[in-house]
Amino acid sequence: MKALHDFVKKFEPDHSNKLAHTTYDAFYTFLFQPDTVTKGGVHITDGMDLKRLMVHVVLALQLLYVFGTWNIGHQHFVALGQYNGFLEGFHLKIIYGLIQILPIFVVTHVVGLGIEFIYAARKGHSVEEGFLVSGALIPLIMPPDIPLVWLAVSIIFAVVLGKEAFGGTGMNIWNVALLARVFIFFAYPTTISGDEVWVAGIVKEGTEFYGATYGWAHGFFDWIFSGLGWSTFGEGGMAVADGWTGATPLGLAAKGGWDAVTQYYTESQIFWGNIPGSIGESSAPLIIIGMIFLMVTRIADYRVIVGGLIGFMVGALMLNAIAPPVLTDDTPGIFQFMAIHPLRQMIMGSFLFAITFMATDPVSSADTPTGKWIYGFLIAFIGIIIRVLNPAYPEGWMLSILLMNTFAPLIDHYVYQANVKRRVKRTAAMAKQRDELITKRIENPEIVSPSNV
Amino acid sequence: MKSFQRPAGLLSLLMLAAITLQSQADVGGSNLVFYGITALALLIFFFMIVSVADNFMVIESKAKGIDTDETNMGLFPRLSDLFSAKKADYLENEHVVTLKKGYDIPLEGEPAGSVDDTLNVTRFAVNPPDYYGLMPIPKMEVEVGDAVKAGDVIFFDKKLNRIKFAAPVSGEVIAINRGLKRSIAEVVILADKEQTSRKYDLPAADASRADLVDFLLDSGAWPVFRQRPYNVVADPDVVPRDIFVSTFSTAPLAADLKLSIAGREEEFQTGIDVLNRLTDGLVYLGLDGREPAPTAFSAVANAEKRYFRGAHPAGNVGVQIHHIHPAGPGENTVWTVDVNGVLLLGELFKNGRYSTERVIALSGAPLSQPRHVRTHAGANLGELLQDDSLTDNVRILSGDVLTGTQKGSEGFLEFYRSQVTVLEEGNEAEIFGWLLPLKPRASISPTIPTLSKFEATTNTHGEKRAFVVNNDYEQVMPMDIYTQQLMKSIMVNDFESMEGLGIYELVEEDVALAEFACVSKQPLQQILREGLNTMREQG
Repeated sequence: MKALHDFVKKFEPDHSNKLAHTTYDAFYTFLFQPDTVTKGGVHITDGMDLKRLMVHVVLALQLLYVFGTWNIGHQHFVALGQYNGFLEGFHLKIIYGLIQILPIFVVTHVVGLGIEFIYAARKGHSVEEGFLVSGALIPLIMPPDIPLVWLAVSIIFAVVLGKEAFGGTGMNIWNVALLARVFIFFAYPTTISGDEVWVAGIVKEGTEFYGATYGWAHGFFDWIFSGLGWSTFGEGGMAVADGWTGATPLGLAAKGGWDAVTQYYTESQIFWGNIPGSIGESSAPLIIIGMIFLMVTRIADYRVIVGGLIGFMVGALMLNAIAPPVLTDDTPGIFQFMAIHPLRQMIMGSFLFAITFMATDPVSSADTPTGKWIYGFLIAFIGIIIRVLNPAYPEGWMLSILLMNTFAPLIDHYVYQANVKRRVKRTAAMAKQRDELITKRIENPEIVSPSNV
Repeated sequence: MKSFQRPAGLLSLLMLAAITLQSQADVGGSNLVFYGITALALLIFFFMIVSVADNFMVIESKAKGIDTDETNMGLFPRLSDLFSAKKADYLENEHVVTLKKGYDIPLEGEPAGSVDDTLNVTRFAVNPPDYYGLMPIPKMEVEVGDAVKAGDVIFFDKKLNRIKFAAPVSGEVIAINRGLKRSIAEVVILADKEQTSRKYDLPAADASRADLVDFLLDSGAWPVFRQRPYNVVADPDVVPRDIFVSTFSTAPLAADLKLSIAGREEEFQTGIDVLNRLTDGLVYLGLDGREPAPTAFSAVANAEKRYFRGAHPAGNVGVQIHHIHPAGPGENTVWTVDVNGVLLLGELFKNGRYSTERVIALSGAPLSQPRHVRTHAGANLGELLQDDSLTDNVRILSGDVLTGTQKGSEGFLEFYRSQVTVLEEGNEAEIFGWLLPLKPRASISPTIPTLSKFEATTNTHGEKRAFVVNNDYEQVMPMDIYTQQLMKSIMVNDFESMEGLGIYELVEEDVALAEFACVSKQPLQQILREGLNTMREQG
């Protein structure tokens, strides 16, 4: 190990080239925990540092990456009416998913980390770890067919204006990953909305959907698979299965409530997540595993998550109460949507993903324990209202989280003010207790004090 | 929130949700999952009924007055009973404060429980930098070569010139070492074999407070009083509201203060009586509530005793003050005295001599024999550790691993410390150390399990970052103070916030554990000291 360390140290560039040195330093501190020792202050420190904190969020996302990769392929083939079973054409689904997700992942990291490195070199500090998590989150919240140029532009926007402009990791007001998503959403509204974007490799001509033709990468794997005697991708370009619309459960729910959803999807399908959607948001059980992992390891604060779950239930039950008691076919879609049971609302869309991985970001969330309860509750409460009541787009988490990011300092401010007042009150109450004790003591002649000399 | 002590409330919520979901579900009876959920719901339902009945029983028993001693009358144990250690019987009628937050770092090298009286240390020093609030260059009263007795004045501050600082031992002044900018760092005394003390005319038992203060100032014993806020040597013109003494230390590898007063109980009592004469208010004694049986401190009279149960920093006097009656500027100024300070006062008033004798801990994993030794204030560290041949790659601290000062083997023990800690330096890179911590390290995070005691090193375990703080501070700060916000308001010099958020209640040692736990490796103690200095200049 010593030899390896010395070997790596040989490549250390001098400080004249800032970018080279920053880059080297980033990789060196990734490979090794540096040999720096404490100076002044505490002499031993906790083993937890920012890198370790961040990497645990990335770990919690790994199952979602695996599932998301498979689900991209699965949804694609289901749309084309092929390989409807979970394990049918498994190799094709995985490869198809990888071909979609790898470029997204690589572009995210090259662009995002590139900006981080340049800024770190310019400002003369070491590369901060914030983008470890943002970079892992961004691919999961993008539609699988996202054009890479848009992705790059949105990341530049999010990292430069959302983070570096405020001073880097730890200083940003808004969640960086969500800024990237919201940029895509508002900058390319016509193409990001609609039903067909949530399934990869489907093109729309007029009102008809077709599978896109496969590229050279698919051809390469076809060559391998045919050699192995396995099924292959083929040419592509075939028509989609009869009756396929690509609509997400939420899109259906917004129009016709739960009845409309169940025409296309079953409850368990929505729960397990083999439905169209953003890459990583769909599987409730895997997200719940990640949620429990983050809460147990205390990487994420349970207050935000539990507060969010409560807020969601309250908001959804409130909407249930507003909805008419008996639904008929003539009931407007919005009332049908309102009437959906809270737990069903919860497994549709990306609430669980958002509250677990987005809302708990320690930088942009509220700082105080009380504030975190309020913050989590309001995110979910406002989010469900945006989801159901906004006519344009049946989902609200990115908007409600960014809104609450904005208001988190305000929540904290009032918590601090309450603390200031509480402490003053407490001191006053204790002064009263002290007076009583002193009266008692003066009656005790055994104690010599200035007052009874 | 008392009803949440029992889990029935949460369970009933869950059950309601499950039942309403099932009522909407159109699943057939053949569905295994459906049966499973129904069975679970039924179980929860019955549990809820029993649990509600149980709650009623508890409430009723309280209302009827059957439950006089607050024991649990219910069928199920309370969650808090299951997970917290039982309170000892002798604490039944005492004031006990239980602190849930905090962390005991499980370090190897704890000092053994007996006192070694044989260690021979020849050099002692008075270190002016030990005392906060002085001018950097004090006025010296002695020169190299002078013979001094224990209690003789060595120097005094140019501004607070009534406070005299005394020699801890009798002997010959052999060196006056200077530090930065010609400030005086150490006044070294070579101790005599036979210790002699300066003679004192003790004030009468009914002497006025002013006379007593004058005597204490002149005697050299005054520096044992430290003043909160700011933790500076007490101002003689200020009458403290109360005086606080913590009789136990929870710091990592700290000395067992029970050993300090073994055989000196009367001196301790005399010291406490002296403290009573110095304040119109109360003398509070903070005691360790985790002790299984009453200690010698429990027998001390004429003081308000408060027991504290909890992990470090429960033994910090600052934490105790916070829970007893918070300190503040002006009329809320309080004094703190440590156990050795009380013993010094006791010796002075009972036996008429100046004695800084104290039991200190020599601890740390690199030592062959971590133990307690009897010595005097300001002992030379190298001589204290003479029985061990230490490598160059160790760090010798006066104090504990959280707040101590780094000294070489030529350094001297600081006045207010009763502990020397030796630590291995952590100047070795560790491959993927942040990801796969193979070498043991302490952490409050469950992702790094610390199963047994371990040898700590001084590695920083990460680099300094901007505050990205989840909930680490609040896990280790048993005070109603928002540490992170306070630190930020110090950094931007926001006086109003600093005051409101409680800077007056804190000194470095109180935030040391938060600094240890900080993910962003922020120097909280240094930030706090800067804040305190600014406040002091402004005030």
